[in-house]
Amino acid sequence: MNLLLDADARSAITLTLQLASLTTLLLLLVATPIAWWLARTTSFWRGPVGAVITLPLVLPPTVLGFYLLVAMGPHGPMGQLTQALGWGTLSFTFYGLLIGSAIYSLPFAVQPIQHAFEAMGERPMEVAATLGARPLDAFFTVALPLARPGFITAAIMSFAHTVGEFGVVLMIGGNIPGKTRVVSTQIYGHVEATEYTQAHWLAGVMLVFSFMVLLGLNLLNRKSTRVLQ
Amino acid sequence: MTTEPSLIRSRIRLTLARPAFTLDVDLDLPGRGITVLFGVSGSGKTSLLRCVAGLERTPRAVVSIAGKTWQDDDAGICLPTWQRPLGYVFQEASLFEHLNVRKNLQFGQKRSHPPANMAALDSAIELLGIGALLERTTGQLSGGERQRVAIARALAKQPRMLLLDEPLASLDQARRQDILPWLERLRDELQIPMLYVTHSSDEVARLADTLVILDAGKVKACGPVSDVLVAADGAMVLGDDAGALLDATVAERDTRWHMAKLVFNGGSLWLRDAGLPIGRRIRVRVLARDVSVATHEPQQTSIQNLLPCVVQSIVTDAHPSQALVRMVCGDNTLLLARITARAVDALQLTPGMAVWAQVKAAALVE
Repeated sequence: MNLLLDADARSAITLTLQLASLTTLLLLLVATPIAWWLARTTSFWRGPVGAVITLPLVLPPTVLGFYLLVAMGPHGPMGQLTQALGWGTLSFTFYGLLIGSAIYSLPFAVQPIQHAFEAMGERPMEVAATLGARPLDAFFTVALPLARPGFITAAIMSFAHTVGEFGVVLMIGGNIPGKTRVVSTQIYGHVEATEYTQAHWLAGVMLVFSFMVLLGLNLLNRKSTRVLQ
Repeated sequence: MTTEPSLIRSRIRLTLARPAFTLDVDLDLPGRGITVLFGVSGSGKTSLLRCVAGLERTPRAVVSIAGKTWQDDDAGICLPTWQRPLGYVFQEASLFEHLNVRKNLQFGQKRSHPPANMAALDSAIELLGIGALLERTTGQLSGGERQRVAIARALAKQPRMLLLDEPLASLDQARRQDILPWLERLRDELQIPMLYVTHSSDEVARLADTLVILDAGKVKACGPVSDVLVAADGAMVLGDDAGALLDATVAERDTRWHMAKLVFNGGSLWLRDAGLPIGRRIRVRVLARDVSVATHEPQQTSIQNLLPCVVQSIVTDAHPSQALVRMVCGDNTLLLARITARAVDALQLTPGMAVWAQVKAAALVE
């Protein structure tokens, strides 16, 4: 593989995998409480919050990327906060990319988990309470295992969606080699420079890799749903 | 010496407004045995059970079970469900699908306060006969086995009260017959009170020690099952299922005609021989619609079960054409007859009158 892919390509692939893995991890942590709240609440805010979470699904990535760029910039609210904390600005950094990707893929993580919690209903938590389990105990020992297929779907979708993202990355990450240049922007660069051979190799690697990840996780998911039935 | 736990009564007082009805009850229940909450659907039975368990919050309630106060809002006490030492069996199978039978059973046992001992789990397994099922997944259980595991799981945490919400409703007739003997065993062997919700009069007849009849959220009748079944209010709610429940003993078997003689306080009945041994104690159910009344001892009749009685009261039934006649047989055995109001008038029935009750049919319930 080293002979076929140059150093730039390898660093872009590494960065993409890092970004997708960390985004998936971050999203599972953030999406779980949001999904739980959306599945349970009867509050007025359920509708508006649900809509905001779903927004990245319909918004053009450039629009989302533009707002994030402004917010993370030196004069934006996020930029001011990060500067006050002494972290500098997040735009054109890996962490800026991570936050952007997480927001962009949020609906792909929240919705499957929320549907799994909704399908489960109130009953398992009530049963756990009658058996002496505290709410938090019941959440970890009953709700999470029962919602497992939802979590697997959420992880696949977040990972795949992050690997495939382009517009948001370009807007807030720029295209800095080794720092924010991921595979999708690298391929774009090759095509711009009419380096079709390199573009082919990189695109081919991503195609095979994405297919393998989806296939593997899908098999896992099918197995776990069969266990649940 | 401390009072025997099974003698401490329980108190449940609560009101809960619902769109269809307002639940308003104040119950004083015995310290052991099965108390059946009976009523049509929408009468508030399940809501009452959920309030006792704390799954439903209701203001200004008192729930005091076997000497421990779980909820007394005026005193600022309200334990959350997970702190109440109760066992709850839901209507449909509620086993955790991600755990096998053994881990389901251990779930509550590990979390009870104070910790339940291992013997509680073992005796629950033994009591419900599920020892062979422990390593199975929940998907490998039949409907009846699921409910037995659910009951054992509730018992493994050594609850102070067992709450059962129509545990047989999701099962077909054959599975119900499978599980009823296990429930009878619970009633006879457990030292804790049980609250049992049902709308099946068969289950009332087989299982109840105490009967509470709920109608649109209100308690219509409450007391020992044999008293409530023949009380006018109870009989009206029960409709076609109204009738007396007699505690009887098998006294004699007629092998030629395949009949068995069942003796109770005040008389005896000849019924179809079900193969029960002489001396066996059983319950016999005599439905009001199967009893007719005669003012003189009938002669030449196909009905062979004739009991001399004294009329105690006559009330008009839910439909004005019908009357419920309550009769005392012997010292204190009550029988109920549903006859037409015209027959009451024609026979000039009045309280205190000596009559003959003709029992056309009766059924053994256990």
